[in-house]
Amino acid sequence: MKVIVGLGSCGIAAGGNKVLQAVNEEVRKRNLDVEVKKAGCIGMCYLEPLVEVVDDEGKSTMYVRVTPDVVKDIFENHVEKGVVVSEYALSDEDRAYIEGQLRIALRNCGKIDPECIDEYIEVGGYKALEKALKEMTPEEVIEEIKISGLRGRGGAGFPTWFKWNATRTAPGTPKYVVCNADEGDPGAFMDRSVLEGDPHSVLEGMAIAAYAIGAEAGYIYVRAEYPLAIKRLEIAISQAREKGFLGKNIMGTNFSFDINIKAGAGAFVCGEETALIASLEGERGMPRLKPPFPAQKGYMGKPTNINNVETFANVPWIIQNGGKAFAAVGTEKSKGTKVFALAGKVKRGGLVEVPMGVPLREVIFKIGGGIKGDRKIKAVQLGGPSGGCIPESLLDTPVDYESIVKTGAIMGSGGMIVMDETTCMVDMARFFLDFTQKESCGKCTHCRIGTKRMLEILERICRGEGKEEDLEVLEELAMNVKEGSLCGLGQTAPNPVLTTLKYFRHEYEAHIKDKKCPAKQCKALITYRIDPAKCKSCGLCARKCPVNTIKGSKGQPYEIIQENCTKCGTCMEVCRFGAVYVE
Amino acid sequence: MGCCECKESGFDARFPDEEVDLALLEGVLEKYRGNPGSLITVLQKAQDIYGYLPRKVLYHIAREIKVKPAKVFGVATFYAQFRLRPIGKHLIMVCHGTACHVNGAELITSALCDELKINEGETTKDGLFTLQNVACLGCCSLAPVMMIDGEAYGKLTPDKARGIIREILKKETEKEGV
Repeated sequence: MKVIVGLGSCGIAAGGNKVLQAVNEEVRKRNLDVEVKKAGCIGMCYLEPLVEVVDDEGKSTMYVRVTPDVVKDIFENHVEKGVVVSEYALSDEDRAYIEGQLRIALRNCGKIDPECIDEYIEVGGYKALEKALKEMTPEEVIEEIKISGLRGRGGAGFPTWFKWNATRTAPGTPKYVVCNADEGDPGAFMDRSVLEGDPHSVLEGMAIAAYAIGAEAGYIYVRAEYPLAIKRLEIAISQAREKGFLGKNIMGTNFSFDINIKAGAGAFVCGEETALIASLEGERGMPRLKPPFPAQKGYMGKPTNINNVETFANVPWIIQNGGKAFAAVGTEKSKGTKVFALAGKVKRGGLVEVPMGVPLREVIFKIGGGIKGDRKIKAVQLGGPSGGCIPESLLDTPVDYESIVKTGAIMGSGGMIVMDETTCMVDMARFFLDFTQKESCGKCTHCRIGTKRMLEILERICRGEGKEEDLEVLEELAMNVKEGSLCGLGQTAPNPVLTTLKYFRHEYEAHIKDKKCPAKQCKALITYRIDPAKCKSCGLCARKCPVNTIKGSKGQPYEIIQENCTKCGTCMEVCRFGAVYVE
Repeated sequence: MGCCECKESGFDARFPDEEVDLALLEGVLEKYRGNPGSLITVLQKAQDIYGYLPRKVLYHIAREIKVKPAKVFGVATFYAQFRLRPIGKHLIMVCHGTACHVNGAELITSALCDELKINEGETTKDGLFTLQNVACLGCCSLAPVMMIDGEAYGKLTPDKARGIIREILKKETEKEGV
């Protein structure tokens, strides 16, 4: 019998380590012959911590939202007596979350122990590298990737084979392979989960790429905010070296390749490839002029191929199963699958991998289970600060690079944030602009100052001080920032503003003309009140109010004295009778 | 990052000139001495040792790995990870990723500011807490989230967040009492 505990970052945040401790404790106390294993994130973040019990016949039961007390229950009934504790087992409804997906990049996530190379080998790991090295020429590898139609999963969707080929044919040695794991979009955690759950697939993908382009050294540039991913990568690299999958003369061939990790230091712009290269070299992460492209002159001025984590994770699968099998999935121009980090106001949030071409609506409703509290969906945000908000009316848009660009958003790296009627779209635009404005490296004037001016206007509108001409100025600034910026950060920074202006202009107008926030989010434009008919005068709100601005007495309904109210929302949160409302 | 932190007082305030033991850095420098490409790695390790990047350490690194002080200061001020001032005993990081924002992260930060009587980015007078907004902690399904000393607290409300701080404070005063 096996007991597997899910220990991705989200599982640990939800209490996974305590659950693991409880599992070990039970095994020891009951003196059982049970194999306890750790796995990465299977993607059902909303149900964490997860524990899987696999009995001797290989039948698996998944338990959800497990606490140390539940562990005791599971051991007493399931492990010892063979009776499934159905109360905590994965429901059929939640099973739809996994069954609606097609997993290629995430094929091993949550299934194998990421800290154990033998488990990766057991599921066919490093077979693709062996096939490439022993049966294929570098040109054939590139041709296979071309047939697969794989495009960069970092967001821009550039054909992967083209980059590989350009680096291969560029003059100059040594050549480098770099994995971009600087996943900076707020609300996106696909790459983190792959690195934490299946690091070897990325290493194998990089080694195959290195063979194809003729590189001997590789770097993984990881966000410093991902300590667990860094730790698991370090373990994976040293295990791969021990087994001879990295290092000199891999698998007895004359191909040598090794990988080092570089931890980023917290700069969103370093996700842009030339800025990433600058950062790798120990400089400020400021983008450089293209051309020359990294494929011609990259790290240390040498030909460098940079791909994203998810792109590399797809590579071993393609080599193993053939480019045709990959190209059979997806749409005409977008092949294969895409991983999304589904979050926001959705019922079932987590990691989702779907075939390209699936409509957004299906991802949100069929897999994500719809909106929390069964409220109405307003929009879905794709592509983070570089992307845009797609309104409800366009939810039948299929997930592929071209269709999404048509809406004004971008595919992006995979952040998918669902918004309902309580999300203010002007505030969302302000939020993203605040982010890009802070993260602008400062090199290009339009990006540095333009985003700041745009942010000031948006802040003014949210404060209820917007002017009629503001929207025109915003649009003009947006176009200037797009055109006057060197790198992707500036070129896409206005997208959240432009898409919300396009689809939700009425919300901007409500803020400016009527001084109202339709979603009741912008503090300056809302008032908290107590409904005297519902107030039971318990006085809890008055006691909890941090500024003591709620007055009343027993038998009398309480009242909020508006001039001191900071609109913190505490009264609404603590009221047990739903008497506090916003207008 | 960006350009507009300059409004905040002068050089002395931004880079406190405190006495530090430079010898602690020797092990790191031994490995990277004379290797300008390793600047970011050296700064990261220095921050692990001192908790922040003191002015004297920045000059020392410049001398030892052979880059100009201007470049060291340039890199140290560019990346969000580097701190130029000491932090409190407990580092509170409030996630302001998109999912957390949509689920009310703003209210969490303002509740904590009010509870601790400091602004975001500051340290309490008793040196116990530093409050910081961060981009994304990546536990989006637990939003809104904060992390204190590496431990994540999810599904917060302003009231719950205040309670967590009071709990830590209580433990601190108990420790003092012993």
